[in-house]
Amino acid sequence: MLPAPDPEARADDLQMAFMATPATVREGLARMLTMAPLCHLSEDRRATAELVLAEVLNNVVEHAYADQAGPVLVSIGQTPQGLCCTVTDRGKAMPGGTVPEGRCPDPLERALEDLPEGGFGWHLIHSLTAELRYARVDDSNRLQFILS
Amino acid sequence: MQLQTQTRPRVISVSVLEDRIDAATAIQFKEKMRDATKDGPALVVLDLARVQFLDSSGLGAIVAVKKLLGPDRALELAGLTPTVEKVFRLTRMDSIFTIHSSLEVAVSHAASA
Repeated sequence: MLPAPDPEARADDLQMAFMATPATVREGLARMLTMAPLCHLSEDRRATAELVLAEVLNNVVEHAYADQAGPVLVSIGQTPQGLCCTVTDRGKAMPGGTVPEGRCPDPLERALEDLPEGGFGWHLIHSLTAELRYARVDDSNRLQFILS
Repeated sequence: MQLQTQTRPRVISVSVLEDRIDAATAIQFKEKMRDATKDGPALVVLDLARVQFLDSSGLGAIVAVKKLLGPDRALELAGLTPTVEKVFRLTRMDSIFTIHSSLEVAVSHAASA
């Protein structure tokens, strides 16, 4: 079952629901970028939106659903602060009930073999969004953020 | 995931012929890079000029390739598009790679070294 429509969504918001796998995330992103409001963004802001949404959706695939396909709902609306994005899934809750910090250590302080190959995702999400909020609501994860 | 490899006297260059290195293709990219650079000169230049999108999985795969090459070989990057450059900068991974404006610059730099 797909997550219920975002109760706060307005009629002209972008809403897209799909079963999340690496391949459908890629397709879903490509489709969303052709739709309002994302298609009206400058090239630079659209690229940022694509990156943030890719990171968030890939986290849903890898962690919330642990690579088992599951439903995800993306809703994007224009607000005075910027684009408000809400991503809802029915997978596992975030560990500790909060958004991971996503620390990014200085790579120059690491030996070659100790360089991180992961953990960049949350750092990018934190760096490129504002008002990042997470809530567990009725067995769903609800992540909301502003792309300014 | 298509890569184009060219071996020169001092450098092996690998051009990514795809517009994305993302979660869907990162593992394949890493494996193809390992095969493409198994033998050959110590210096490997990865040409990213056609790559318009790199996510954290793609970045992790590029770092993994650098680690696979080991301490006696080097991975340098060339032709970063603005979005790809931003991912390297925000994660500070731009500090551990020599980055050239284009493959041609990287190759001529290697030839004159």
